[in-house]
Amino acid sequence: MWSDLQLGKYEITVLSAYAVALVLIVALIVATWARGRRVRRQLEEAEARLGRNRGEA
Amino acid sequence: MIALLIRDLKLALRAGGGFGLGLAFFLIVVVLVPLGVGPESATLAVIAPGILWVAALLACLLSLDRIFALDHEDGSLDLLATAPIPLEGIVSVKALAHWITTGLPLVLASPVLALLLNLPLAGYGWLVLSLALGTPALSVIGTFGAALTVGLKRGGLLMSLLVLPLYVPTLIFGAEVVKRGAAGQAVDVPLLLLAGITAGAAALLPFASAAALRVNLR
Amino acid sequence: MSIWKYANPVVFMRTSGWLLRWLVPLTAVLMVVGLVWGFAFTPPEMRQGTTVKIIFLHVPSAMLGINAWLMMLVASLIWLVRRHHVSALAAKAAAPVGATMTLIALITGAIWGEPMWGTWWAWDPRLTSFLILFLFYLGYLALWAAIEDPDTAADLTSVLCLVGSVFAILSRYAVNFWNQGLHQGPSLTLMQKQHVADAYWYPLMICITGFILFFVTMVLLRTRTEIRARRLKALLARERMG
Repeated sequence: MWSDLQLGKYEITVLSAYAVALVLIVALIVATWARGRRVRRQLEEAEARLGRNRGEA
Repeated sequence: MIALLIRDLKLALRAGGGFGLGLAFFLIVVVLVPLGVGPESATLAVIAPGILWVAALLACLLSLDRIFALDHEDGSLDLLATAPIPLEGIVSVKALAHWITTGLPLVLASPVLALLLNLPLAGYGWLVLSLALGTPALSVIGTFGAALTVGLKRGGLLMSLLVLPLYVPTLIFGAEVVKRGAAGQAVDVPLLLLAGITAGAAALLPFASAAALRVNLR
Repeated sequence: MSIWKYANPVVFMRTSGWLLRWLVPLTAVLMVVGLVWGFAFTPPEMRQGTTVKIIFLHVPSAMLGINAWLMMLVASLIWLVRRHHVSALAAKAAAPVGATMTLIALITGAIWGEPMWGTWWAWDPRLTSFLILFLFYLGYLALWAAIEDPDTAADLTSVLCLVGSVFAILSRYAVNFWNQGLHQGPSLTLMQKQHVADAYWYPLMICITGFILFFVTMVLLRTRTEIRARRLKALLARERMG
């Protein structure tokens, strides 16, 4: 199927448009995911720590 | 309010108040452009309206952070906020003072600088008129930007980023008036739109500026 | 029961967590199907050749670039009027997504314009307005980043969003006025062509739906992160207090 795909003389145009868009979308997803994970981990740590502190008091 | 206006004007005129800096900046930009573009007077005549307007806009921008910064530092802004005058009024007066010290000199100096850029003769009147109508909007919008960034350490660059997109309509209509005027075309539509933006901004934006100021003084 | 119960962070977290379990796979499927269909299984158009495949990126991202700002405007209004924190955080969460969409629309437009108009960039009213919209996004994001206190930041960015919206609309008309009739045609024909051939219409609709869901998913995920970040900040502050 891919070998049948003929983009003709606009091959570079179409491919670069898709490439740029995909790179930007993936970058956004990665940034969102990475920050989400970091904040979530830090929050869990803080909650665990505070829970312990409260227990000792 | 009049006392506040006189106080602001006095402060600006005093040594170190920055009066005239905007004007000098306007001059330098206008001198630099032919050095970059080349001395052909036909080319300069075409781009003169745009250059004059962009230069005026940048000169206005340069002095915006002074509107509230000094008053914020010495605490007089807090005093003003608790004064019996509504904050919206104070903001308007501040914008007016900024216009008198920055916008008005630009308007008066613009014909001389237009000479340097070889603006066609028909454009001079429209240049002065469009700047006179448009620069108040620049001051009012700029006051809003200054109110948003008043408490920030390095607010200057951020303020430029916030304010410049807001200047787009004023710039387009203002330069369009001069361009059409210089070419001898009808200018009534852009002129009215320019005046409309100034009137609308002067009427409504002080509320937004005052709201931003209240948040920052909280 | 009213819509306002979702303004409660706990309810929001529970509901959005449940929603996301369905949204993430659905978004992925729609975007992959729509884009692969658009990329690989659409015929070249008579006039534009294979560059027509770019509309499957360009049109949805352009739509979202504008609508994300609208959503931010509504969220900002809700924050200013009703002081729901989730609303302010949702506006903050939407801004980078909207800015990315606007950037994609601009870049794909430029890439498409090169062979079609013979230039990467024309000061076409539509293009110019989008560039200005992108500048508004940058200013909005910069203001969020510059202010430390979250409530102050939410207030100021909301006010900026309101004022910015008015000026963005003014700019749109000013730009139209400024360059009327010069490059109107090329970008308009693509949008206004009601009789888009079915071969393009179906994948385009799938792509648009996919992009909308992508936006919703991203905003939900980012809002959840912002809510967690605020809770984290509160916990750390309490910890410091002893």
